[in-house]
Order: sequence, then C-alpha cells, then structure tokens
Amino acid sequence: MIGIVNYGAGNIFSLTAALERLNVKYGMVNTEADLEKYSHIIIPGVGHAGAAMEKLKNTGLIKAIKALAKPVLGICVGMQLITEHSEEGDAALLDIVPLKTKKFDKSLNIKIPHMGWNAVQHKNNSLFQSIEDNEQFYFVHSYFIEYNPTFDIASAEYGLRFSAAVQKDNFYGVQFHPEKSGKAGEQILKNFSNLSL
Amino acid sequence: MLSKRIIPCLDVKDGRTVKGVNFVDLRDAGDPVELAAQYAQQGADELVFLDITATHERRKTMIEMVKSVARQLNIPFTIGGGITEIADAEALLNAGADKISINSAAVRNPKLIEELAKAFGVQFVVLAVDTKYVDGKNMVHLNGGRLITELETENWIKQAEDLGAGEILLTSMDHDGTKAGFDCGLLGRINQMINIPIIASGGAGSMEHFTEVFQKANVDAALAASVFHYGEILIPDLKKELRGHGIPVRL
Repeated sequence: MIGIVNYGAGNIFSLTAALERLNVKYGMVNTEADLEKYSHIIIPGVGHAGAAMEKLKNTGLIKAIKALAKPVLGICVGMQLITEHSEEGDAALLDIVPLKTKKFDKSLNIKIPHMGWNAVQHKNNSLFQSIEDNEQFYFVHSYFIEYNPTFDIASAEYGLRFSAAVQKDNFYGVQFHPEKSGKAGEQILKNFSNLSL
Repeated sequence: MLSKRIIPCLDVKDGRTVKGVNFVDLRDAGDPVELAAQYAQQGADELVFLDITATHERRKTMIEMVKSVARQLNIPFTIGGGITEIADAEALLNAGADKISINSAAVRNPKLIEELAKAFGVQFVVLAVDTKYVDGKNMVHLNGGRLITELETENWIKQAEDLGAGEILLTSMDHDGTKAGFDCGLLGRINQMINIPIIASGGAGSMEHFTEVFQKANVDAALAASVFHYGEILIPDLKKELRGHGIPVRL
C-alpha cells in the first residue's frame, strides 16, 4: 500500500485518481507514525521547490523521510526535493541524491516552462519495466535535475540532456507526471507499487 | 525532442459540449466526460474545457465536472471560463485541473495573472486571448468576441508574459469557425516575440491546416473543436500526417 506524503504542495487529486484506476491502494502520510503504515511512499509536488521544502519542513517529517529504507518516489517537485539544492529560491533540499536542481537557460533557445510530451531514454531500471525506450511522458517544469550517469535512470533532451528519472538506493524520482502521462505513466506507477528491495 | 501538441477543445454549456460557428450557432456534441476519455484514448495530448457561458452569465465552472474528468483522464487538461479570483483557481486545482485559462478577468485586472502565478506557479496559468483585426490592428476582444477592448493583442500578450503567464492560447476570431486555416501570420509573429508556449486556435478545417501552422508559425500546440467532435479529422490520422511532414508528435 502506498503512502502519499500530504504536505500541501499542489494537487494530489490526479495522483490518487490514477492509483484508483490502477486498483493500487493508498493512504495519506501526515505524521511520522503514518510512514510505518505503508510499504511504499510517494512525495508529490507542484509549484515552487523552495516553498515546497518549507512546507515539508513544517510537517516535521524530514528526518524520518531521509531515514526510510522502503521504496520512495518523488514526482516532479517531489523529485527535486530529494536532490541537494535548487536554484529555485536558492533552497537547500533533502540532499538524499547528491545532485543539483537548476533553471533551464533561455539562451539555449528553448521556451520555459518545458511543457508537453517528450521522449525519454531509459536504462532498463525496474521502474521502467515494460516501457519502451523513447516512450513519451508529460513534463511541466522550469527547473531540471542535472544529468549524472551515476544516478540517472532515464533522461530527456530539452536544450540540453537532463535527468527524467533518478535513483539512489531506495529513493526514486521522476521529473515527468506519471499520473498525466497516459498508459506509460500508469505503468510507471504500477511498477513502483510492485518494487521490492 | 518535445512533441507538438494536439488539443481538442470542449466548449461546455450546462454540462454538455457545444461548438458554435463564430460562437453563435450552438450545436450539441456530447457529454464532456465521455468525450474526454475518448480523446485521451485516440491520442490527444491535452484537453481544454471552456465554459463558454461562464463570463456573461457569471457562472463558475462546475467543480464536479472537473472531478469526474480528472478521475477518468490520464492526460493533462485545462479549465477556462468564469475564473476571476484565486479561490476559483484553487478549487479547480484541487479538483484535478492541471492548468486554468483566464481571459476577461485578466484584462480587467492584469494583476490576477501575477497573483495566480505566484500562488500556483506559472505553469498553471494560461492566458487566453481572443483577437480580431480591426482598422489595421489586432485588438483583444472579450465575451466570445462580442466586446472590443483598447488593448492591442501583441502588447497585451507581451505584458501577460512579463506578469507570469505560463502559456498563451491565441484564438483568431476572424478565422474561428471558418475552417479556412489558422492565422499563421499573426501566430508566427507573436511566437517570435515570447518565450512561453503558444497554442494556436481558430480556423482548423483540414489536416493540412495543422501541418501549416506548425511549419509556418512553429507554435507549440494547435487546438480545435468541431473538426474533432464531428469526426472530420481523426487524431491518429492527423498525427501520422504530421509525422510524415517531419513534425515531432506523440504517436
């Protein structure tokens, strides 16, 4: 059963709707004790990374989240939160994955935000089981996680190559929105719910 | 590479989808939730729901409809019509909408763009602009084209981008309902001026029109209603055609 960290950063209606369509059971994580109730944890997130980090701090869950040994999936800003730092609000983040979240650079001749469906090249991580290489996912973000071969499990190109998904031990993050990425996105959520360590 | 998006637009009135020719003659084209699910299955990249009666009847978009759509739909969607304050937008966000589109309310109170962007992020804020060519100028119109404003379209869009609009949905009222093609000239000029995505709207009648607007104006997305609702263009066929012309799409 999946626990969704309920810290007030954005809309989780679509995420819970997707889990319902997949018949994946879920509940909300509001306290440290709640973290124990679930086998898998999702950190959602929309909006400003710095502001999201402040909200997460206010829950008092940071230490417990960092200590988790079960599968954890950060989505969009939730993925950015597991990195070390974001240029958005010059914010220190959870620092679980030693990577930086940076702003897309206009001078690369790209529009910001990066909004829409983009092809993802993945490295056959179990999170991407049954997903074809170059499958497209729905992205909407102005900040990205730098590509790093050690932690990258999937990447995409927008002006430059960036990480579409990362993993370090039991911590996973996806920059795209699986709940909005059609069947492929639903497959990612299904794969995550089936992950065992 | 980022794909060009194909966006069916569902004009909603009294919970039913309608599409008017030049926004007058309304015809019924079905149940929005059912249509939405069907479009997602066909390969639509995104959907826009516009409550076309909302502005002049002062009605709020129905939250329940948004929730039913979000429950069924696995692609992003935008809600427009009758959004005048932060609380309207927040209710829609919480009901599962990915973006909201504002039009008249932003013209009357440009600060709304800034407030929405600050509260929910620029990616949540689509500025819809209805434009009509009047006396040699492109002028912003309100209330489905019935009311002219003093704003020149190019200036207004530039201002909106500076205030924090994350995307522009530009409808040419001269082309809308004509099925004679998009306003590629204006779309191309505005696209060059801004650094946020732009959705072309108004005038789609054939698959060639979509190819043309992506090739000539290089817009990020193209929106249409009746050609999709009445099955005149099927999305899988359209995407194959676009790909055949080297335009990146999601198949």
